[in-house]
Amino acid sequence: MLEMRSVSSGYDGARVLQEVSLSLSAGEIVCILGRNGAGKTTMMKTIMGLIRADSGQILYHGTDLLDVPPHQIAGLGIGYIPQGRRLFSELTVAENLEIGLMAGGKGNATRDKVLGMFPRLAERLHQRANTLSGGEQQMLATGRALCLEPQMLLLDEPTEGLQPSMIALIRDTVVALKETGVGILLVEQRVDAVLSIADKVMFLENGKSQDIMPASTLRENPDLLKKYIGV
Amino acid sequence: MELAPYLILGCIEGLVTAAVLALMAVGLSLVFGVMRVVNVAHGEFFMLGAVLAWFVADQLGGHPAIAFLAALIIAPLLVGTLAMLADMTILKRISYDPERTIVATIGLLYIIQQLTLMTYGSNARPVEPPFNQRIAIPWFEWTDGGLSLYWPWGLGTTSYKLAVIGFAIILLLGIWVLMTRTRIGLIMRATQLDRDVAQAYGINVDRVYAMVFGLGAGLAALAAVLIVPIQQAHYLMGHDPLLLSFIVVIIGGLGSLVGTVIAAVMIGLSDGLISVFFTPTLAKIIATLMVTFVLIFRPSGLMGSK
Ligand SMILES: Nc1ncnc2c1ncn2[C@@H]1O[C@H](COP(=O)(O)OP(=O)(O)OP(=O)(O)O)[C@@H](O)[C@H]1O
Ligand SMILES: [Mg+2]
Repeated sequence: MLEMRSVSSGYDGARVLQEVSLSLSAGEIVCILGRNGAGKTTMMKTIMGLIRADSGQILYHGTDLLDVPPHQIAGLGIGYIPQGRRLFSELTVAENLEIGLMAGGKGNATRDKVLGMFPRLAERLHQRANTLSGGEQQMLATGRALCLEPQMLLLDEPTEGLQPSMIALIRDTVVALKETGVGILLVEQRVDAVLSIADKVMFLENGKSQDIMPASTLRENPDLLKKYIGV
Repeated sequence: MELAPYLILGCIEGLVTAAVLALMAVGLSLVFGVMRVVNVAHGEFFMLGAVLAWFVADQLGGHPAIAFLAALIIAPLLVGTLAMLADMTILKRISYDPERTIVATIGLLYIIQQLTLMTYGSNARPVEPPFNQRIAIPWFEWTDGGLSLYWPWGLGTTSYKLAVIGFAIILLLGIWVLMTRTRIGLIMRATQLDRDVAQAYGINVDRVYAMVFGLGAGLAALAAVLIVPIQQAHYLMGHDPLLLSFIVVIIGGLGSLVGTVIAAVMIGLSDGLISVFFTPTLAKIIATLMVTFVLIFRPSGLMGSK
């Protein structure tokens, strides 16, 4: 579904990603591991067109996303849950979801489905996003992305700052989505949380993609983790 | 001399100023809020609105009401379109960089002003109001027979001025509904809060920006069309309203539309009252002092956050 070929990108002059390649199929969870500042968020932003890549190709169902205007990328069925959630802070829960619905989905049916997954959001439809608790905010950020009925989901550190029960909820949600055939690109610091659900793991270091390997290999050889990210 | 009738007169004059100022400042505030652009050319969009209103009314002739109505529709549309073009060709090119947009809009200010001078000239030209009945201001007096109405000599306003106040209120309510109750308003607010995420959720930010810039300029032009039957169109008429709009937007709290309207009413009323009892210059001095005090005691403005 997604194939990145030697993608390089960065910010005004400073190149961050260097010739990163990666592929993701439907119903697959690929996890990106890397230290702080390795370029994980930059990679997600590049896929969403928020940063223009300098070279390479990002093929999504055969279309090169680099040729698609950024605001049309969501419409192709790509949901983005940014690092730090980045909700529309002064908009209500309902309005945040509405923005997601504008980008795709099937209107009220989708909305009801999402609210069914996160009943706590349904109780707080008219509450402003910036007054939600951290866990509720993550539910809303996830719900907003699911409102466009994505075929591919980009999650950037969804468990940052959450308690174990919330992490479990997020993990269950991700696994359930995978089972419906959604392709998931996951950035995560909690290696333990990731290894149990990921199919493949990619290591990113200083903007370069190191090895990509099946998660099972890592589960069997925990020592490899030391080599790549020092944990 | 009774004081109260003069107070009423001052309030009406003040509310006319407030009405025009609120429309114009809301335009400025919207552009700043959504796009983070300080539009120094906003006063020239106001001036262009007035000049185009004169042009449209002059070309059409006929009954003043029809000519005015045509101007009221055509001038803001033309100015809004021009602003959208300026956004797409100039501001977008410089990526809305805060410092460069200030320089660019200063450039735009002089271009619009000088082109107007070269074509329209330096005369001030009037537009006839659509209607203009004189309305005397009544007051009471105690006579032997009890309370009776009388009309203090020389004190009056016009039906047109009252209509300007009413029309501005309707327009401001319309903008409020647009921003809070419609899909397009939601899109504008989302873009204001997080441009990148809005874009990642399918919002065409370029189009939103062009629209907001056009809407802001259109509101300035609309304010000008309303005032031009009272004040006449002149190529330098944009300066004072621009300064006052900045004052209003700062007092109201940058980007807060409700705060902007409240501040416009405050500035307008104090301007009207002080001008009636003292001099217009004193009114301007007091407005400037108000900004100073607001900035000292509430640096983010009356309704500002952060
Ligand atoms: N807007 C920006 N302008 C310039 N440089 C940036 C910008 N955003 C990020 N960078 C730089 O790009 C590099 C990669 O940042 P990125 O946010 O992609 O890292 P990350 O892997 O997501 O880190 P973390 O785990 O801390 O979230 C860093 O060196 C960072 O300083
Ligand atoms: Mg990151």
